[in-house]
Amino acid sequence: MAGILLAGFGGQGILFAGKQLIVAGMKNGKEVSWLPSYGPEMRGGTCNCSVNIDDEPIGSPLVTTPDILLAMNKPSYDKFVSKVAVGGTVVYDSSLVTPEEIRSDIKSCGVPATKLANENGFPKLANCIMLGKLMKETGLFDREYFCESLRAASPKAKPELGEMNAKAFTIGYEYQD
Amino acid sequence: MSEKLLMKGNEALAEAAIRAGCKLFFGYPITPQTELAEYMAKQLPKREGMCLQAESEVAAINMIYGAASTGKRCITSTSSPGVSLMSEGISYIIGSDVPCVLVNVQRGGPGLGGIQPAQSDYNQAIRGLGHGDQHVIVLAPNSVQEMASLTGEAFDLADIYRMPCMILADGALGQMMEPVDFGAHTPREIPEKTWATNGHKNARKHNVVNSLYIAPEELEKTVLDRFERYAEIEEKEVKYDTYLTEDADIVVVAYGITARIAKTAVRMAREQGIKAGLFRPITLWPFPSKELKALAGTTKAFLSVEMNMGQMLSDVKLAIDCAKPVTHFGRTGGMIPTPDEILIHIKKAVGGDN
Amino acid sequence: MIVFEKPHALTDVPFHYCPGCTHGIVHRLVAEVLDELGVEGTTVGVAPVGCSVFAYNYFNCDMIEAPHGRAPAVATGVKRSNPDLTVFTYQGDGDLAAIGTAETVHVGARGENITIIFINNAIYGMTGGQMAPTTLLGQVTTTSPYGRDKQLQGNPIRVCEMMATLDGTAYAERVAVDCVQNVRKAKAAIKKAFTLQQEKKGLSIVEVLSTCPTNWGLSPDKALDWLRENMMPQYPLGVYKDITKEEQN
Repeated sequence: MAGILLAGFGGQGILFAGKQLIVAGMKNGKEVSWLPSYGPEMRGGTCNCSVNIDDEPIGSPLVTTPDILLAMNKPSYDKFVSKVAVGGTVVYDSSLVTPEEIRSDIKSCGVPATKLANENGFPKLANCIMLGKLMKETGLFDREYFCESLRAASPKAKPELGEMNAKAFTIGYEYQD
Repeated sequence: MSEKLLMKGNEALAEAAIRAGCKLFFGYPITPQTELAEYMAKQLPKREGMCLQAESEVAAINMIYGAASTGKRCITSTSSPGVSLMSEGISYIIGSDVPCVLVNVQRGGPGLGGIQPAQSDYNQAIRGLGHGDQHVIVLAPNSVQEMASLTGEAFDLADIYRMPCMILADGALGQMMEPVDFGAHTPREIPEKTWATNGHKNARKHNVVNSLYIAPEELEKTVLDRFERYAEIEEKEVKYDTYLTEDADIVVVAYGITARIAKTAVRMAREQGIKAGLFRPITLWPFPSKELKALAGTTKAFLSVEMNMGQMLSDVKLAIDCAKPVTHFGRTGGMIPTPDEILIHIKKAVGGDN
Repeated sequence: MIVFEKPHALTDVPFHYCPGCTHGIVHRLVAEVLDELGVEGTTVGVAPVGCSVFAYNYFNCDMIEAPHGRAPAVATGVKRSNPDLTVFTYQGDGDLAAIGTAETVHVGARGENITIIFINNAIYGMTGGQMAPTTLLGQVTTTSPYGRDKQLQGNPIRVCEMMATLDGTAYAERVAVDCVQNVRKAKAAIKKAFTLQQEKKGLSIVEVLSTCPTNWGLSPDKALDWLRENMMPQYPLGVYKDITKEEQN
């Protein structure tokens, strides 16, 4: 179904966003895998994660030719946009990435996720805004289904976190240029 | 039907160990296996167990030696440089016929190397895990599911054959997350541990756990006895997996995470009309030599793919008596091969152009 | 009337130790203590690498033979997995204070409820008289043939003093077995060490100044004189840590 590469700075919630995709995939009966890059830097360094969601058992967990690229900073966009499969989709944070080159053979979608997150008072949820845009542009999962999955991801003691995630997701989903 | 959970490989392995009745963990922090120790540190105190961070890998393996000598199931995990430090203790454990489970979540080497995934400790695990004439059973999982199910199996094998069993994983398997079903392993029958040094309660003669035999005749006998057991393991415990090998002109041999990538490459080759197949050893020792040799009768060539410079290569050649051409493709130092790269080498091996 | 009886906690295997070596005395003291405490059936001993490597043949309790220097780690594994067992290590100076220093210090730091019987004879016996971490300055050994020189070979380690600094050490005493009076004191120390272990007070260590007539090149009685004249000034006998005394204060 899809090989997805999510990339950005450490601390932007790249790994969390990737995990939400496989959680939704698994509950939907799909085969899934999630492979993070890992390194000595805990915060601030570059970070990416490979996500596979498929009907067949996953072969290579490493996504080298993504169908979908979610790029949350410029270094990630520059590094990975050329790898996106022809006919694939790139979703980038347009408040941090100004593409120098737009490929005509892939779908290219910007959303000012960091700016929107700050404006709405949840500066750490740019990742969920990105997921909203990704879902809108790719139709990977049904909007309501994924939103519900995102709500359920929060700890039971803190349901308000899930609500916030869902709200951020909706902002991303409904964003129009 | 049991429920599937999403977990990292390191965590799934730890959980499977606890479910296999292992309530004791001794270890020393090292990337990329640390989640395993952290999971144990969090879970074991709540589940009638104990997790202790040792002052070194040297101490950790000897704590395992002590705990395992009393007959309790116990586990340690480390990554490549840590295994080198443990090798003395592992040899003593082998020489004393004490069962335990060891985990190597491999990273690039030699020396301090790097922290990215590698398979460059194959030779160490298969041929030189400790000094002396010895083997340990080596299992190579290729998914988070197998990180769990092979852990249950590792404890059973260790107990049945009274020897260490190593799970040879790598940084990618340790760090990746996939669904896992903990009901997948069926526990085996375990012999009673009458040899254990757990206090004789004045009810039997004292037990001694020991690897010292000053008389060479005696030492030779213990080694020969152990090698009889090894022969039994080679007979009964070989595990492997095949994918599209029946009509294959080219058989890719790969284990662990590399086998996953190779499987994708095999699919790509099939889409291009190349009859490729995959042979995946699950036990690296005992190596599935017989099964591989059988394939030499039907296929035209073998391609050994590893994240190292060609360590399993010689085992593949030995297994098939060099009856067919065997080539190697590998990345090392923490680099992971891509399906495209493997496909190029599949094409080379079948004699086509790139 | 029974004049002499072997402690039950010793097997019938004859000791292999050289004439005049004090290992035999210390083995017997440990065995007598195990008998008196009635714990032979619930005790696991850990033998070292060194002259006392065969200790596993001599003690009647369950025994494990550890890699060189690792006995405290092995004992930790036994004790942590079986907190109700009595666990002791029996180690020489090379085993404990050279190759196994880290393991020794950390059982002290962690306050492992184990007992260490530490034989200090200032020399490597099994390998034939090489310099030990406790070899005295000026002492001639096969690897300090001109006498131990602190510039070249460093200084001897005072183990009890060092271990006493660790918060997890409950009890550290240095004794000798050079005369009847000291043998009695040594037994009392060993008994106290095992008792504190049973009370889960933390690490207990008894250092026993011992002789090695063979490698010192002295007759057994001259070796005892040498021990008194040379070792005791460097390694004074006494209690270096006793948590029960501190608790009373």
